[in-house]
Amino acid sequence: MPSSVHSQDNDQSMVDAQPQHQEQTEQEEEVIELEEKRIVVLPGASETAASFQFEGEGHTLGNALRYAIMKNPDVEFCGYTIPHPSESKMNLRIQTYDTTTAVEALEKGLDTLMDLCDVVTDKFTTARDGFNASQMES
Amino acid sequence: MAPLVPSHEELERRRIVDINAETVANIPSTDFPGHWPGESHEWSLERFRDGFRIEFHQNKQFESSFSLIGLDAAIANAFRRIVVAEVPTLAIETVYVHNNTSVIQDEVLAQRLGLIPLKGSVEGLNWMRWFKKPTDDDPNSGSNLSDFNTVVLRLDVECTKNPNASRDEEDPRKLYKNAHVYAKDMVFHPVGRQEQYFTGEGAIQPVNPDILVAKLRPGQKLEMEMHCLKGIGADHAKFSPVATASYRLMPDIKILRPIIGEDAKKFAKCFPKGVIGLEPITAEDARQDSEYQGHSGELKAVVRDPFNDTVSRECLRHEEFQGKVKLGRLRDHFIFNIESTGQFDSDVLFLESVKVLKLKCARWKRGLTDLMR
Repeated sequence: MPSSVHSQDNDQSMVDAQPQHQEQTEQEEEVIELEEKRIVVLPGASETAASFQFEGEGHTLGNALRYAIMKNPDVEFCGYTIPHPSESKMNLRIQTYDTTTAVEALEKGLDTLMDLCDVVTDKFTTARDGFNASQMES
Repeated sequence: MAPLVPSHEELERRRIVDINAETVANIPSTDFPGHWPGESHEWSLERFRDGFRIEFHQNKQFESSFSLIGLDAAIANAFRRIVVAEVPTLAIETVYVHNNTSVIQDEVLAQRLGLIPLKGSVEGLNWMRWFKKPTDDDPNSGSNLSDFNTVVLRLDVECTKNPNASRDEEDPRKLYKNAHVYAKDMVFHPVGRQEQYFTGEGAIQPVNPDILVAKLRPGQKLEMEMHCLKGIGADHAKFSPVATASYRLMPDIKILRPIIGEDAKKFAKCFPKGVIGLEPITAEDARQDSEYQGHSGELKAVVRDPFNDTVSRECLRHEEFQGKVKLGRLRDHFIFNIESTGQFDSDVLFLESVKVLKLKCARWKRGLTDLMR
């Protein structure tokens, strides 16, 4: 937290900051936001069977990703778990047939989800605009 | 070998989650490759696009309701969870209390202030960035306070006696000035580029100006400065952009055998108004179904609008309807209801959640390329 609680000090630092300086900090900020989180491959993995650990994820991505990966016919098994509720980690297990690898299946699953999101956005916007227009008429 | 294509009836059967008198059956989705021998359930974007529909039921600024039809619970639930917990909003995070001589304690007051929903120009809110908090290990690691990550509000109120009040006045709001402190008493102090982004109507202000924050008596004073940051509902519920965001599955009612006459009226009463309709039995009905014979002109129960059903299962409790009705829900028809707290429009919130899910995937995909290198 800020070292000083005197509003005057805070104000001055904020108002007096040079525009250039602000741009700089903003760029730094972007970097912080885009900071990559690493996927960890848990021990015991082979080409076609691996467990991945996602830090900071939960059921939201876990279940959606599991669904997307299970839709791939080259995948023999896919499941996810949150090993402990007070640690925000999500483990994803993928076992594939010899036609692909676990990493490829995961990548394909992520692509599937992203494509799906585009379709949903598209259809949602169309449906909403259509509905709004029909409301205006009546 | 070409994959087997299940019949239309079979697909309709699989779509339904059975609701029995005391159990729910046929719950998990089975549309995965390998589940049904010989059938292909491989992901296909084209097939998804063809089968997926959205229908709007209501689209008010702060409350909207719509149906997503043709997607899996895993995806629909992801959107719902993201709206509740991962779409960022602005809320009061830090309160610097310079003076508080009221009876309400600093920490209680700060908690109340945090929960006040704020609004401002959407463009400005989207321009705002995260404020990274310093960690315990490294107190200098946080972001600097800047116009693009902190919004300053002030609350300076002093309660005084109202010299114009009549002698026998008992209402403290008339007897004193500023006896009640409301959310509208918070004053926005724009800094830097905030002056351009949050001007006029777009200024940062409480969504509801009449939220009671504290009560004062003459001589008591509040002087505080509040810093608002961007955050997500997963961190604290005050950052959640919605009051509620929920979905339910579309109810499905099937009348298997005719329900006639007084029974039909009783049957209709088992459901909310408008769900079951009563229609006279025609000669055509009697020709098609022998059970209608001799009942021409009487009333029969028909399913009119399952949308409003609550699936109370009341009809399953009565002897006379045994085996005549089947209740269920459509597993791929999600009726969403999103109620915004006021910072964003409710339909925008759903679009934001889709964006957040896509961004999440993109970020992990980048993490995956790092892994393979």
